Amino acid sequence: MRSFKFSTANDTGSAITTVSANPTARFLGGGTNLLDLMKEDVMHPSELVNVTRLKYTDIDKSSNGISIGAMATNAFTANHERVRKGYPLLSMAILAGASAQIRNMATNGGNLIQRTRCPYFYDVNMPCNKREKGSGCGALKGINRNHAILGWSEKCVAVYPSDMAVALAALDAVVHVETPGKEQRTIPFVDFHRLPENNPEVDNNLKHGELITTIELPENNFAEHSYYLKIRERSSYAFALVSVAAALSLDGNKIKDVRIALGGVAHKPWRANVAEKWLSGKEATEANFKAAADAELKSAKPLEHNKYKVKMAVEAIVRALSNATSGAGYGINAGLEDNV
Amino acid sequence: MSEIGKPISRIDGRLKVTGKATYAAEFNQQGMAYAFPVRATIAKGQIASIDDAAAKKEPGVLAVISHKNALKLKPLDQEAQMKAGAAFLGETLPPLQDNKVHYLGQFIAVVVAESYEQARNAAYRLKVRYNAEKGANDLKSELPKAKKPKMFMGEEAQVNEGKAAGPLAASAHRVNQTYTTPVEHHHPMEPHATVAVWDGTEKLTLYDATQGVGMTSAIAAYFLGLQPGNVQVIAPYVGGGFGSKGLWLHTLLVAMAAKVVKRPVKLALTRQMMQTNVGHRAATIQKVALGTDAAGKLSALRHHTDSYTNLTEFFEPSGKQSLVLYKAPLREVTYNVAKLNRGTPTFMRAPGEAPGTFALESALDEIAYELKMDPIAFRIANHTTNDPMKGHEFSSEYLVDCYKIGAENFGWSARSMEPRQKRVGKYLVGYGMATATYPGGRSAASVKVTMTANGEVTVGTASIDIGTGTYTVLAQTVADALGIPVDRIEVKIGDSSLPAAPLAGGSQTTASIHPAAMESCVMLRKELTTLAIADSSSKLHGRKPEEIGFANGKLFITGDEKKADAYVDILRRAKRTELEACATTQPVSGAGMTVPSALCTPRETPAEQNSDIKQHSFHSFGAQFAEVWVDEDFGTVRVKRFTSVHDVGRIMNEKTARSQIIGGVIFGIGAALMEATEYDQRWGNPVTRTLADYHVPVNLDVPPIDVHFIGKPDPHISPIGARGIGEIGITGVSAAIANAVFNATGKRLRDLPLTPDKLI
Repeated sequence: MRSFKFSTANDTGSAITTVSANPTARFLGGGTNLLDLMKEDVMHPSELVNVTRLKYTDIDKSSNGISIGAMATNAFTANHERVRKGYPLLSMAILAGASAQIRNMATNGGNLIQRTRCPYFYDVNMPCNKREKGSGCGALKGINRNHAILGWSEKCVAVYPSDMAVALAALDAVVHVETPGKEQRTIPFVDFHRLPENNPEVDNNLKHGELITTIELPENNFAEHSYYLKIRERSSYAFALVSVAAALSLDGNKIKDVRIALGGVAHKPWRANVAEKWLSGKEATEANFKAAADAELKSAKPLEHNKYKVKMAVEAIVRALSNATSGAGYGINAGLEDNV
Repeated sequence: MSEIGKPISRIDGRLKVTGKATYAAEFNQQGMAYAFPVRATIAKGQIASIDDAAAKKEPGVLAVISHKNALKLKPLDQEAQMKAGAAFLGETLPPLQDNKVHYLGQFIAVVVAESYEQARNAAYRLKVRYNAEKGANDLKSELPKAKKPKMFMGEEAQVNEGKAAGPLAASAHRVNQTYTTPVEHHHPMEPHATVAVWDGTEKLTLYDATQGVGMTSAIAAYFLGLQPGNVQVIAPYVGGGFGSKGLWLHTLLVAMAAKVVKRPVKLALTRQMMQTNVGHRAATIQKVALGTDAAGKLSALRHHTDSYTNLTEFFEPSGKQSLVLYKAPLREVTYNVAKLNRGTPTFMRAPGEAPGTFALESALDEIAYELKMDPIAFRIANHTTNDPMKGHEFSSEYLVDCYKIGAENFGWSARSMEPRQKRVGKYLVGYGMATATYPGGRSAASVKVTMTANGEVTVGTASIDIGTGTYTVLAQTVADALGIPVDRIEVKIGDSSLPAAPLAGGSQTTASIHPAAMESCVMLRKELTTLAIADSSSKLHGRKPEEIGFANGKLFITGDEKKADAYVDILRRAKRTELEACATTQPVSGAGMTVPSALCTPRETPAEQNSDIKQHSFHSFGAQFAEVWVDEDFGTVRVKRFTSVHDVGRIMNEKTARSQIIGGVIFGIGAALMEATEYDQRWGNPVTRTLADYHVPVNLDVPPIDVHFIGKPDPHISPIGARGIGEIGITGVSAAIANAVFNATGKRLRDLPLTPDKLI
């Protein structure tokens, strides 16, 4: 690890002032990703400002739903009554990620800005446009079993790793940000992360010095019919090969409203707009789920080693919607059962 | 034997769970500096230049050592190394001696600084230029240049080459398939680490995470040009090894660094370095052909392995079990070994048998299915009680009992021959089984037992406990052999200054050191007896030694136990503060894996007629049973329960033995379902670089594991009758799981690991 300056901020204003004044400074949350990246010399900020003491550590009612503090831990959030009751999909998604120890450290804001786990990004001796602009994409023609099938570019085929964010994308979350100009701005969650296009070094639409303060979830009617399904190579503590956040609002067996987002398939949580549109107003049947999933994955462009992800994503959408329909993701055990 | 066999908890367990057991990296020294190695970023070529100007300016830097300024080590010399007991080097590449690069990740320099962070920081600033050559990174494209090794570890490596084709062609039924296994890494929980402390320029102490203190001492002494015995290696606790903790270059590197900075130096490897610098199990391409007559009797067995090595003669001996199991009139076992520019392959838990049983036992399942025979019935029909190659009887063999006990406890009779017959909800359910086997080796060993005036006993040997239970079972044996409770015994191991023992490898520790422990206790009792008989105030005065028994810390007249004399009383009256005995036991088969120079002095080697490989063949056997649930929509496999039955001779401690088997089965589940190191052939770099990418099973992947032992002592391996147990647990596991996946789905997967992408 290279040496760096460290301070702990006691108020939001001074944290932002410090970071925005230094182009190579970073905010530090739980450190569960940034510290790893620093140890491996992937990132070398000259200065870290610890923001975990700032006030945004709770989960409150907001005018139109709930407001989740960016500095609250993942574990606190997943287990919070407001979340478990009103947004069990988010609970399930968080609990499907990482390990209990990591969730105890990791903050919600940090979760959103975590970096890809692409091994070419992590290995400083390998080409990676995300780490070093213009050096090339090692994974494009390399070992890309765990890489993107949707929305990738020749510059980058990495996937975004968070589970939590897949649920937030499905639930139409809004990210609240404080800017260096002391202004508040909001970013709809689906626009928070970006596709790689020609500049994969930019993960999201946050500008330097901007601090995520809260994540707002609007009220919805999905609680009884939502499900987060994660497929991975072992039962726990692995990133998703494919994951699906599915939420339904049903009138009898008719779909009034539906939200579907995919993880493990793209550079950002992939909101399945095509499938959602296809399902709207239809009956909640496996056949319909399958047709919608097929329609969504039509645009998939698998790489050499990840063709399996296309079928897996289709089947995962079907299963997640089926489980959501039956209410398998609702109640005190949501997120705790063995979901694969 | 009242203590041997008891399921007592580990005597070092409390120390370990309270953090009081000291591991290599925790032996902090006064004035200690830290070393961080720099690794090559090409797979093959030469270092053109190393610019260390920027690194040297970083805070805290004490030295930057590369081939330009490194201490010259004694050059490689096979004969001289053998003589010095220094043959067992992880890779034949004494570090920093020239500018050649043999694999990506090779240590090419080391930075020493006041703190670990400073050393690591400066290491990033080293500017290395290379003249890169095209590396040999892909096994398949290197195979045309592969060599056929003549020998492997003293055994013939090409057996009956070309002779199986005829009998196979004439067989009524045949299976001829290719099975592949990936590179696997050991990844013990404790990363490799060494603290080097020089005393002047002629004596060195190494606190090292090693599987063999004697081996490490001999190798370090040889290459550093020190007198044998002047390198003391200390490793009281080791957090797993699995074959990866032989001697690798970092141990020499840190000794060299400590000599330069004239201070103690610590070097601890990162998890990423463990993917490149401390060995791995090589990938294999195995072609297995079986032929049977119409009734299902094997007529021929052919097992060919393609694999590779880099800087040693070691290659993955996947054909080993195919020379031992089943009655086949002809068996052909051959190897092709290519050379790759990849960190050097080495021993990994059941080297050979782990990937080899996957291929052989899968092929057996395939032919049994073709014959519509139950896989167990097929194995019993082809069972052998003799070593099929050597012709000797097995020293002790209960494999058929293993099948029967396993089948009964597992509920094998509920299995249907045809696949896809059983469903639970979304899951297809399947049963599979396979045979397990591993050699029962034994080496020379010396153990010293000391009794003090208060009756406390210390037992010492340069053995090691890599998490296996060595401390505990050694105390149990001594407790029995002296008739004292386990809690009066202190076990001292993990120090090369103690009497010599084999390294913790090849499942040999228990079979080797316990006969010596037993013998030294006999010697100690003899001396106590002599003192008592000679002492006029002893109730045993003037009696004959053969009348005297022992128990509860006393000698007594057998049949008249009131005539007794306590050990402490005998010592007090004789004015002896302590008694000591050191015995070396050497099996007929020879010194084996023990550095022969450091046995007991004076050396007393009782004649022992055991472990004679000219009379018997020594192997352990077992049977593995798996139930899997497969979700076909996603291609995911769960092992829902597992039964593991083993014939490993006498069980020394029912609890630690069970743990060994459970650990082996978990290792096997990892190999079956998830473990694989993948390399990018363009550069030769491992793409699975950390434990986030290289998946090992988590708790939720591990089902209830039902373990059974035959428990019958092996009458020929030693007077105790215990064979080793560390490796057999993994053998056959991946085949049992793959066979169960076939039974569940009808899909035969021949390429490990069985990840979802292959099954969906």
